[in-house]
Amino acid sequence: MTAIDSSLQTQEPDAISAGTTATTAVKGRGRVPWRFLGNRALFYLFTLWAAITINFFVPRLMKGDAVDQYLARNRNVSPEAADALRALLGLDTDKSLLQQYFDYWNLLLHGDLGVSLLHGLRPVTEVISQALPWTVGLVGFATLVAFTIGTVGGAIVGWRRGSRLDALIPITTFLSTIPYFWLGLLAIALFSVNLGWFPIGKAYGVGVTPEWSFEFIGEVIHHGFLPATTIIIASLGGWMLGMRNMMLTVLDEDYVMVAQAKGMPNDRVLWRYAARNAVLPQIQSFALSLGFIVGGTIVMEMVFSYPGVGKLLLDATNAKDYALMQGVFLVITLSVLLANLLADVAYAFLDPRTRQTEA
Amino acid sequence: MNDSLLSINDFSVEYDVDPPVEAVKHVTLELRRGEILGLAGESGCGKTTLAYGVQRLLKAPAVITSGSVMFHDASGEDIDINALEVEEMRRFRWDKISMVFQGAMNALNPVATIGSQLEDVFEVHRPSMSGAQRREAVTELLEIVKVGAQRYRSYPHELSGGMRQRVMIAMALALRPQLMVMDEPTTALDVLVQREILRQISQLRHEFGFSVIFITHDLPLLLEISDRIAIMRHGEIVELDTAERIWNHPQDDYTKTLLSSFPRLTAETRLTAQRGVVAR
Amino acid sequence: MTVLEFDGVTKAYSVRGAGQIKALDDVSFTLESGQIIGLVGQSGSGKSTIAKILTQLETPTSGEVRLDGVPIPRRGKELRAYRQKLRMVFQDPFASLNPYHTIRYHLERPLRLDDIVPRDQVDDEVHRLLERVRLDAKAVIDRRPHELSGGQRQRVAIARALASRPSLLVADEPVSMLDVSIRMSVLGLLSDLQHEHGLGVLYITHDLATARHFSDEIMVLNQGRVVESGTADDVILRPQNPYTQELRAASPDPDKFFASSGILGGAQ
Repeated sequence: MTAIDSSLQTQEPDAISAGTTATTAVKGRGRVPWRFLGNRALFYLFTLWAAITINFFVPRLMKGDAVDQYLARNRNVSPEAADALRALLGLDTDKSLLQQYFDYWNLLLHGDLGVSLLHGLRPVTEVISQALPWTVGLVGFATLVAFTIGTVGGAIVGWRRGSRLDALIPITTFLSTIPYFWLGLLAIALFSVNLGWFPIGKAYGVGVTPEWSFEFIGEVIHHGFLPATTIIIASLGGWMLGMRNMMLTVLDEDYVMVAQAKGMPNDRVLWRYAARNAVLPQIQSFALSLGFIVGGTIVMEMVFSYPGVGKLLLDATNAKDYALMQGVFLVITLSVLLANLLADVAYAFLDPRTRQTEA
Repeated sequence: MNDSLLSINDFSVEYDVDPPVEAVKHVTLELRRGEILGLAGESGCGKTTLAYGVQRLLKAPAVITSGSVMFHDASGEDIDINALEVEEMRRFRWDKISMVFQGAMNALNPVATIGSQLEDVFEVHRPSMSGAQRREAVTELLEIVKVGAQRYRSYPHELSGGMRQRVMIAMALALRPQLMVMDEPTTALDVLVQREILRQISQLRHEFGFSVIFITHDLPLLLEISDRIAIMRHGEIVELDTAERIWNHPQDDYTKTLLSSFPRLTAETRLTAQRGVVAR
Repeated sequence: MTVLEFDGVTKAYSVRGAGQIKALDDVSFTLESGQIIGLVGQSGSGKSTIAKILTQLETPTSGEVRLDGVPIPRRGKELRAYRQKLRMVFQDPFASLNPYHTIRYHLERPLRLDDIVPRDQVDDEVHRLLERVRLDAKAVIDRRPHELSGGQRQRVAIARALASRPSLLVADEPVSMLDVSIRMSVLGLLSDLQHEHGLGVLYITHDLATARHFSDEIMVLNQGRVVESGTADDVILRPQNPYTQELRAASPDPDKFFASSGILGGAQ
């Protein structure tokens, strides 16, 4: 005889069709994964707080001399600025640590990052915000273009695996191994000095004042062409390689074969089925690389005397302009975190499976 | 109208590796209109290669080394599948012959809604349909396979295995093809879900009149749903007969051993553990 | 004689928005060496949870699991001893074997780790194990998993499980990824091992036919509860519970099919 559990009912005939794996699917249209994004944002806020706190402690760990000398050099500093500097650089040791911490936060929240010794005692925020657009503009633009060309190219090369296009991979990766400064100098030597097509350096001509006019924009483009192009050439290889490799993996997946069996035309299979899936990790890399744009490419800025953040940081370091350095570090931290958040947002939107963390 | 839907003649496929492997050897087969033909055999017998091969879905290093595949369209036209140009083949696909793949786990594009994946069949093959007409057609399909129109904007990972398989069936049914090739469509599924899906396939077949080539190594399953069964071994068809005759009067020795290697569910005498067909 | 006991085991998960979900609900059974119990369940029935509890990937929310009267240990020497006595064979023979290593490596490892035999006898023991699972040692010992067929791989997995001379074997869908026609031979092997060595086997599966032929007793699991249990023949041939009856009706059964539809057997 068998033992039975008579309390259990038979399964309803439609139980099979009602089965799902996630609880949000039936609820329907909530496409934006708010909870997921909210969690991430909170996490980044916490990281930001931690970074700023570390930034607070760093100068206080430095040897007293350097900072004292700094202040000793500041003869013409206004009293408020001097106080700000002391708070920022950890010289206000007459106050309790907690008080220092609050003062520090106070300053930051007011956007006061102290004054720059190197730049005629102008506020650090002003100095940085002058240099930032150049860096973000040029390097950001170049990165975006390199990413786009590299990713699209990688998708095509991956799709046509085994064709002559495969040669593009070693070519582009070779170009990215060339030391950037050499590439830059070569470009200058060839295009600026010999052919005279482009200026040697800087963001705009000497004596020209920045303004919103077509002429000026023309100047900027003219000056920016070589730096941007050399960056693109140098970074293209990485994007292309990454995308191509992902494509190869994705092309082996069942759904690509099904798409072809369905009679989908090649370009549809390539872009909507294969590339759409292969691009996901690329987007994450891209967003992360955005964060490092602000660090600027110091080498590029040196070679082309481009007035960006990288050069700013370099000069500040040489001149021991601590306030400026600290300010730049803060900005870099902020932008990396922001870029990370953007990466998460982008991924959440692009990959519907991430949203399952909601359930 | 010709009673035969697909005429496969002396069809051979070889894998061009070292040493070359003859996956399908001179197979000749007539598929009747509206029939369910089971292709049975163990791994490596060539059943999948044959089914993919007749639709030109094989990839390198597979090479079709001989034979012809003639499709007798309902319109009366005879189409030589191997002779079709690439573009003609692309239009032929899914319209005349469609497939239901195994492991619907990965057969659906993970980043696209199932509605859009059903729609693009119409977009590509029926360009004259308007957006609204397409949506209506997709909704109808989802209802036919009992997945439900409310799943239109769901993503594959949000559905259970059984539902995904039914979406695959809906996709294969979209253009009302004359032949559906099903490659192990229920292998990964539970017994209850499997039965439900098979019932649905049977019912759809009655309603829409298409033929089915059902590939699986599960012979007991095939015996219950097929009209005829082709037993394959080492690339050849060793026996082809109605399901009933295969069960009651198997002719070939291999068929007999294959039949005896399945445990009987309800036969009164319990067989003690048997040795299988090959000591592998 | 080793005894595995599941005593009122419940495993519950909290799911946001859906309260509590019980993967297992008050499950009790006993497995003794020399006995084969078939645990039949479809997906979501809780059978994989049982396997996870035995491998200690999960712990019961309530109830106890005991081996030889002692609750399953969590760490230390007792855990080693537990693992030696109770071994598992998994569903996917490809996934459970490391693709980089030879069969020899796979079999030597448990022998060395648990010091089953002295070092100089390890090689002999490996050969002996392969013989027990009816594999040609010379043919497979230096090969890698991808060079073997599915059935061969599963036999290697069984040999590996046997290396530590366990008294109980938990086989989680050991043949469902193999061709239907070779399933019986692999299950036959397990059955022989049971007879020859007094091994106790918990055979977890969704397939009724193999469960019937292979097990002495069968338990049917539905949504975490044991809905029916008894001897194999009783449960399969004379099921009392509606769920079991449904399972039976849904499983392919050519005997019944052709008997009922007579000569005009069709595709319904």
